[in-house]
Amino acid sequence: MTLTRRDLLRTSVTSAAGLVVAFHVPHGARVAQAQPAPAAALPPANAFLRIGADDSVTVLLAHSEMGQGSWTGLAMMVAEELECDWSKVRCEHAPAAPVYAHPVFGVQMTGGSSATWSEFERYRTVGAIAKDMLIRAAAARWKVSPATCHAANGVVTSGKNQLSYGKLAAAAMALTPPKAVQLKDPKAWKLLGTRVRRLDTPEKITGQAKFGIDVQFPGLRVAVVARPPAFGAKLGKFDATEAMKVAGVEKVVPTANGVAVVAKHFWAAKLGRDALKIDWTAPEGGGIDTTKQMAEFHAKARTKGDSVVDKGKVDDVMAGAKTKLVSEYEFPYLAHASMEPLNCAVKIDGDRCEIWTGTQFQSVDQIIASKILGITPDKVTIHTMFLGGGFGRRANPTSDFVAEAVIVAKAAGVPVKVVWTREDDMRGGYYRPAYVHRIQAGLDDQGRPIAWDHVVVGQSIIAGTPFEGMMMKHGIDPTSVEGLADSPYLESTGAVRVSLHSPKTAIPVLWWRSVGNTHTSFAMESMIDEAAHAAGQDPLAYRMALLKEKPRHAAALALAADKAGWSTPPAAGRARGMAVHESFGSIVAHVAEVSVEHGRIRVHTVTSAVDCGTAVNPLAVEAQVQGSVAYGLSAALYGKLTLAGGKVQESNFHDYPVVRMHDMPKVTVHLIQSGAKMGGVGEPATAPIAPAVANAVFALTKQRLRSLPLKLV
Amino acid sequence: MKLDINGSVREVDAPAEMPLLWVIRDLLGFTGTKFGCGMAQCGACTVHLDGQPVRACVTPVSTVGNRKVRTIEGLSTDGSHPVQRAWAEADVVQCGYCQSGQIMTTVALLAEKPDPSDSEIDAALSGNICRCGTYVRIREAVHLAARLSRGGAK
Repeated sequence: MTLTRRDLLRTSVTSAAGLVVAFHVPHGARVAQAQPAPAAALPPANAFLRIGADDSVTVLLAHSEMGQGSWTGLAMMVAEELECDWSKVRCEHAPAAPVYAHPVFGVQMTGGSSATWSEFERYRTVGAIAKDMLIRAAAARWKVSPATCHAANGVVTSGKNQLSYGKLAAAAMALTPPKAVQLKDPKAWKLLGTRVRRLDTPEKITGQAKFGIDVQFPGLRVAVVARPPAFGAKLGKFDATEAMKVAGVEKVVPTANGVAVVAKHFWAAKLGRDALKIDWTAPEGGGIDTTKQMAEFHAKARTKGDSVVDKGKVDDVMAGAKTKLVSEYEFPYLAHASMEPLNCAVKIDGDRCEIWTGTQFQSVDQIIASKILGITPDKVTIHTMFLGGGFGRRANPTSDFVAEAVIVAKAAGVPVKVVWTREDDMRGGYYRPAYVHRIQAGLDDQGRPIAWDHVVVGQSIIAGTPFEGMMMKHGIDPTSVEGLADSPYLESTGAVRVSLHSPKTAIPVLWWRSVGNTHTSFAMESMIDEAAHAAGQDPLAYRMALLKEKPRHAAALALAADKAGWSTPPAAGRARGMAVHESFGSIVAHVAEVSVEHGRIRVHTVTSAVDCGTAVNPLAVEAQVQGSVAYGLSAALYGKLTLAGGKVQESNFHDYPVVRMHDMPKVTVHLIQSGAKMGGVGEPATAPIAPAVANAVFALTKQRLRSLPLKLV
Repeated sequence: MKLDINGSVREVDAPAEMPLLWVIRDLLGFTGTKFGCGMAQCGACTVHLDGQPVRACVTPVSTVGNRKVRTIEGLSTDGSHPVQRAWAEADVVQCGYCQSGQIMTTVALLAEKPDPSDSEIDAALSGNICRCGTYVRIREAVHLAARLSRGGAK
């Protein structure tokens, strides 16, 4: 990448004769209260939109593009109100600055399947403000009333007068932004709600898209880091003699808990790293073993944890239940395994620092980098590159991969790009935590649940992070029980007890696409399926009866079942299973059709119904559902990290398999435009695929598989 | 040594065992070819040697000889290659990181099998991992690219 060119583009913003719309909508503010921009020209850091003299429209994204399509979706919001020519719209990642803080979460970040719903007002307002200023600029030029002017397709028209946005941008910029704008009635939308293809396709099909790992500039060195081989191990002495002999290796520097080899290029750095001789201390207590840990979790699951839900007299009702079911479900640690291994480039220049990386967590990275360097956050510039997958791994409260790169660049005294190998990435921690659920369900004489006793055991993701104070309530990490504490099935059950154990371990954990729902959905939808079977009822009819008070869940499930042909038997040797789950404000139902081939589970089709309220771009929603199915299916069929002595045994895609082309089912997505409050789509289809498949496997084989990944016996 | 890459011959100073991937990326600056696994498991580094798809991450540069190296940048820079056009039409990409490899594998597949069946697509593309799960649209795009390559209507 040509940094000088990028820098030029950036700096040209301040001098170009273009319109810069910049303002900040305070949290919770209504559109009419949008703050006007100060009269003086604002720095580009405050801008959401630029209109160039060449009619180009550049939207600055407060959210990172990691595949989910915000690069297109947020631009659609601006363009809808701006009435510009869609073919002239381009996007750029915004720099890290307070003005780009997430409208709800308060820091600049991408996550929680929130970009679309959280920015829906702000980005449309940006477009509306700019249109207002362009019209007023045109009216002043022609000496007519703005009311006579009409803006469409990037052109303002009044009678015979006509000027493109590019020709009006400079004059518009000199005007005071409006105090309030009226957003369009959804009925008048031309772009929103339609199937719009992605704006980032041209660069991503020609190899021109720049990811963090692609950052190159003169003087930039590449580092590969030796990190502790086991969680809990610490750096002892190291000998860099052999590493320094590798051609291309220039420096060897210690990090916080490792050793970095800095070289001319990746290959030399990797050979150098592999040639290091390091004494690592053994982890305290010998380190975690998966088998032992799971036995401990199962034992804990037989004891009550911290109270999450407690309603009715569970023990009494359970004692009087006609049928009692007890099941335990088990979930391993999972790596995110994004296609692009972690990396981060850092250049330190006096009291300034520049960072190039694919990150979901700009504000946190900026603050942590500034602390390491002893400078203020505003002195840290973050260039957000395309993310070669995020899935939560690139939103780390510890900023591990950024912090380490800053430390290496500082120690090396040269600009450095730290690149992780696949093995480094897979063994580097911050996993979806391992969990065990134990459920006791008491059913009445009609087979309906009347008592539910549920114990969850697994590490908290937010304990010990800066988010603990904000998110933890009464010792409960809400991400450990999301999708369970609020399960519709428990709402319709009279006596419910849910409790949580959050053991602390040396294994770093993190949010993983769909977070807690990845295990709660499986436990709930498997147990409900078990209950339906125990009641001798059809899985669909059983669920529909329980979801009477949940019309959106019921509608999604009914639609998926109908489209999957639930009422007609599948082909011989196949069976179907279902699951419905609400997360991130959206409801997803899947029906999976499976067979067993050569002892392996084969998923042929997945029929999905999705209610995300309003689908801003159905083409993108469908892509997210297809992708979430693949991601969730990888966990259902393959995903498992195994620890021995605190060391992760898996290392690469040969022993941590993921879904490949031949595993991929045909996925059909049906959208429900319910008009309900808008939800997210990046994650919600991930969690319910595993239980849908497991329930289908049960229907086919009568084997109830209660551990992920699913393994037939 | 000399490397014939994307139509021009470049002089590179690299150790014999250095994988072609890192020569392409770090020494020649063609960053469209990606690093994903380093052991021929994911296909992100797929390039062509005389039209044959290879995993550049496990191909020592010294073994390339005078074979012609073609990377994604050598396909077309404006997205006009039929496979690229099909990818755009089917709106395949998500994060995009694996797509250079997916496209290069597909180009080689279509050269061999102009109208591949689903099982031939499975066989050819199972070596290319996509964590975003764009497989459904990749399959659609491969069929579309086959039609475009044959000059058929969309």
